[in-house]
Amino acid sequence: MRTLKYSQAIREAHVQLLGSDPRVFVMGQGLWSPWYVGTTMADCDKEFGRDRILDSPVSENATTGAAIGAALAGMRPIVVHPRMDFMLLAVDPIVNQAANWSHVFGGQARVPLVIRAIINRGGEQGAQHSQALQAMFMHVPGLKVVMPSTPYDAKGLLIAAVYDGNPVMYIDDRWLYEDTGGVPAEMYRVPIGEAAVRRAGRDVTVVATSVMAPRALEAAATLARQGIDVEVIDLRSIKPWDKSCVLASVRKTHALIVADAAWETCGVAAEIVATVAVEAFDALQAPAVRVCLPDAPAATSSVLEKEYYIGAADIVLAAEKLIARKEKTWLTRSLSLTRENTIEA
Amino acid sequence: MLRIRYFEDRVGELVEAGQVKTPCHLYIGQEAIATGVCAALEREDYVWGAHRSHGHYLAKGGDMQAMMAEIHGKSTGCSRGRGGSMHLIAPEVGILGTVPLVAATIPLAVGAALASKMRADHRVSVSFFGDGATEEGHFHESMNLAALNQLPVIFVCENNQYASHMNLLERRAKDNICESARAHGMPGYRVDGNDAIAVFSAACEAVERARAGQGPTLLECRTFRWRGHVGPSWDLDVGVKRKDELRQWLVCDPITRISSVLVQRGVLPEALHQVEEDARAEAEEAVEFARLSPLADPAEMRKYVFASDAEVI
Repeated sequence: MRTLKYSQAIREAHVQLLGSDPRVFVMGQGLWSPWYVGTTMADCDKEFGRDRILDSPVSENATTGAAIGAALAGMRPIVVHPRMDFMLLAVDPIVNQAANWSHVFGGQARVPLVIRAIINRGGEQGAQHSQALQAMFMHVPGLKVVMPSTPYDAKGLLIAAVYDGNPVMYIDDRWLYEDTGGVPAEMYRVPIGEAAVRRAGRDVTVVATSVMAPRALEAAATLARQGIDVEVIDLRSIKPWDKSCVLASVRKTHALIVADAAWETCGVAAEIVATVAVEAFDALQAPAVRVCLPDAPAATSSVLEKEYYIGAADIVLAAEKLIARKEKTWLTRSLSLTRENTIEA
Repeated sequence: MLRIRYFEDRVGELVEAGQVKTPCHLYIGQEAIATGVCAALEREDYVWGAHRSHGHYLAKGGDMQAMMAEIHGKSTGCSRGRGGSMHLIAPEVGILGTVPLVAATIPLAVGAALASKMRADHRVSVSFFGDGATEEGHFHESMNLAALNQLPVIFVCENNQYASHMNLLERRAKDNICESARAHGMPGYRVDGNDAIAVFSAACEAVERARAGQGPTLLECRTFRWRGHVGPSWDLDVGVKRKDELRQWLVCDPITRISSVLVQRGVLPEALHQVEEDARAEAEEAVEFARLSPLADPAEMRKYVFASDAEVI
């Protein structure tokens, strides 16, 4: 298999979709720029024409609404928001319209739309050039949300999203753009709603989203040297998310960390921890841990940024504490069992 | 127009009788606009509406019984009991959706027009909205996007002078909705919205431009909402001004106007009377159909949240 960068895999998915299906078109800000959306759309306008690659006015609302209208009229649009922060100007079309349409019309209309939301942060960009808002959209019935972390998934999930038949928010983090991995040349789909176990382990489950998946693998390598065997699950789809994969893993490891590089309160991690608490409470031998961003806007100064963002080291620290707690629980339970046995004897 | 009038009269009565609960925003007094515009369209053309869209649905050819059943929350409704009065659809005649979020379908209409342009299928997309919608960003963003790409879309603003209880001049500095067209680089016309023929003529010109690839048009159709913002009341509690205005507008009833034109042109009063009788009977049959239809099935409450069948590549 060829090796591609994450950004190249996204571009290849666009190119193959545009090349194979006349209903597909792409609309959004920065699409004719060689750098505005990284290199993920480089020269697509030259290859497919500017009537199918529409660099749009600074109108998130109308652009997204128009993509919905085109989808309802039979097209397969991809609307691109180069920064998720700015996409908030399109919340009405996304939440009130795209997500509702199938339901409110009793299944007689559908919105086969991909809303590509790019997370672009770090580098002292600050509060309005940094946000990862997946949880807001995960909350809304009728929307699907995917967050690929590898080049393979970046391509396969985009193709799956275009043909899902529902509005799918496809979130790519520019921190992943230079990552490399194997990508088949042909078109393929990665099923929406299926997680991937990136590393099997016995001691603790780390469920990670997007950019935190490679960080979790780094953390697992560090922890392995300490004798802690980590199972890493790359969630890939945030909604629907792969409950059975996560629950099976927690029943095996009896410990859970969820790493999501977004705000903690009401976040993706909160939802997963809540579900595990409800459906697999008995399996946990220690309280679950969330490794998330603090509930604060991103600051610009590099020292504040360093304090704010999370990485492999945060997962390592969380795992060490969690394992200690788990062992203590195990010891306490064993001791009380021994005592009970002694009394009974 | 009579079909719309009698349908809505019946809906108003059903609301008063407590037999209909879903919020119903009546179109009575504005019938000439939907009728005039839709008469200029083909079946394949797209129509988008808002919260006050019973008239658009009927004028474009939507099934009356399915709408009445929808208003009653029945499984035979045009949205299978999920939409009520404010979410109407009839894809078979080009009504791609009406929703109550003010101005929300304006960009959707632009998108459908974009699809038509890409496919070169010569369809026209019509967006119906009220004067309140022109205060939303959706309106201006959409006008710009449509003009920039020369899209086959017609923006039909039904200026009925009121957004809920607020008169136009309480909401904007000037009574100049039509001028937005010039600002966005498209023609705009102020039309007597109670004159079906004037609306029809203006719509024909706009349709012709759209089909010829000459881009969008704004039609500001001046009219008046007879009834309250929602429900059948006359809404006279919102101010003396409204009461005086209503008195003036009632004598400009669009149906009376078109009827006298037809009689002048030789249509027999008996023929008009027959049309009236047929419209009444049709509305009554729709009520009967709705009453006899089964309610939506609670077990299927989540059924349509997602479309279930993905496409094969």
